[in-house]
Amino acid sequence: MYNFDFQRAASVADAVAALQDEDAQALGGGQTLIPTLKARLAQPTTLVSLTGIPEMLGVTVTDGAVTIGGATTHAKVAAETATTYPALSALAGGIGDPAVRNRGTIGGSLANNDPAACYPAAALGSGATIVTDKREIAADDYFQGMFATALDEGEIVTAVRFPVPEKATYQKFIQPASRFALVGVFLAKYADGFRVAVTGASEDGVFRWTEAEEALAKDFRADALMDLHILPDNMIGDIHGTKAYRAHLVRVMTQRAVEALL
Amino acid sequence: MATVTMTVNGKSVSGDVEGRTLLVQFLRENLKLTGTHVGCDTSQCGACVVHVDGAAVKACTMLAVEADGTTVATIEGQQAEDGTLSTVQKAFQDYHGLQCGFCTPGMVMSATALLKENPKPTEAEIRHYLEGNICRCTGYHNIVKAILAASGQEVPAIAAE
Ligand SMILES: Cc1cc2nc3c(=O)[nH]c(=O)nc-3n(C[C@H](O)[C@H](O)[C@H](O)COP(=O)(O)OP(=O)(O)OC[C@H]3O[C@@H](n4cnc5c(N)ncnc54)[C@H](O)[C@@H]3O)c2cc1C
Ligand code: FES
Ligand code: FES
Repeated sequence: MYNFDFQRAASVADAVAALQDEDAQALGGGQTLIPTLKARLAQPTTLVSLTGIPEMLGVTVTDGAVTIGGATTHAKVAAETATTYPALSALAGGIGDPAVRNRGTIGGSLANNDPAACYPAAALGSGATIVTDKREIAADDYFQGMFATALDEGEIVTAVRFPVPEKATYQKFIQPASRFALVGVFLAKYADGFRVAVTGASEDGVFRWTEAEEALAKDFRADALMDLHILPDNMIGDIHGTKAYRAHLVRVMTQRAVEALL
Repeated sequence: MATVTMTVNGKSVSGDVEGRTLLVQFLRENLKLTGTHVGCDTSQCGACVVHVDGAAVKACTMLAVEADGTTVATIEGQQAEDGTLSTVQKAFQDYHGLQCGFCTPGMVMSATALLKENPKPTEAEIRHYLEGNICRCTGYHNIVKAILAASGQEVPAIAAE
């Protein structure tokens, strides 16, 4: 690791000011960034820690929505949304392992937008709103491909607001070495229809499988997806699974999600 | 350099560290608490698990400066003053939950965190909780048995044996 200065921000304003320096970088739980720094893939001169900012911590529930502070750990989300949004709680409780969940944060996960991460599927599958220090971004506009988001340089995810669905589930096919999703499908039912978000599969990162959403709106059965096919061309192919394997898994995991909600 | 102060195994300690100094380096190199192991240094194996303010974390994936002002527990602090092993440590001994012992500090710290959260875990819950702790020797069955025993539950024959 190259050396850097460490600064603990006390407020969002404090962090925004510190991040004006183009060589400064935000530090959430460090579960992605510290390994990245060890590999010398980044060389910030200052790390600005967000985990002590009170306004970015915790879970609040208001009419039909769950809002999670951007520096809230996966463990806290798992514990505090268990009754209000069980599918989100289960997703957070299945990220990595307990030690990773005690440090990693929702803001860090969404800022990083790893193509195999779990939270992007929940955010896109719930039509969540990403709240930053300067604006609100709809999940449909936020994810812009592998490791790419709508965030500007130095912009901070301060909170994420999830409209609570009638019912939802996250089905994760675990890649056992990394514990990320080989393919993960988040399926949610809202008054105005279904949302299907797929992570782990595509070279463009998390995506909505709109054909499946439409098919399920007409016929909410796993068999209704039998004739739908994802084209393998844009799928991720690696030693853990070929493009064709992942394309197939997308349908299988979506069908499992439907079964789980029936 | 920054000065950090924390309570480690009940004692207040402080030291000078760089921004990049990992918590595990501070424990092992500054404090000479070498019971916390570094297996992978890539956040995968769990040999470095310690408790920070009561929560299990990988000390190789946390900066020492982030632990400033916290309370840290390591394997060295698990036994009583007189050297009596903790319930979890004793169970690992009784059930042969270790062979080479390299993973054991992390296993014991994870198991201790689990039992605090969930005092009577099922076998499946134990295995799930230990997902981030890798052991190359035991094949895990004796570790799971030790944790079941430490929780005061009956230790059944385990399915895959
Ligand atoms: C062993 C292991 C297993 C894992 N398994 C999974 C898994 O199954 N599923 C999964 O989804 N993830 C998994 N992860 C990743 C984990 O969830 C990380 O915690 C997460 O991706 C990053 O969050 P963080 O808070 O640790 O961010 P950091 O590592 O601190 O930061 C990551 C990036 O986001 C930026 N950043 C951090 N916080 C903010 C913010 N609030 N606003 C703007 N930018 C910010 C940083 O500058 C950095 O670029 C795993 C990690 C490990 C080590
Ligand atoms: S040494 Fe920290 S997880 Fe392996
Ligand atoms: S006892 Fe040798 S690695 Fe677990």
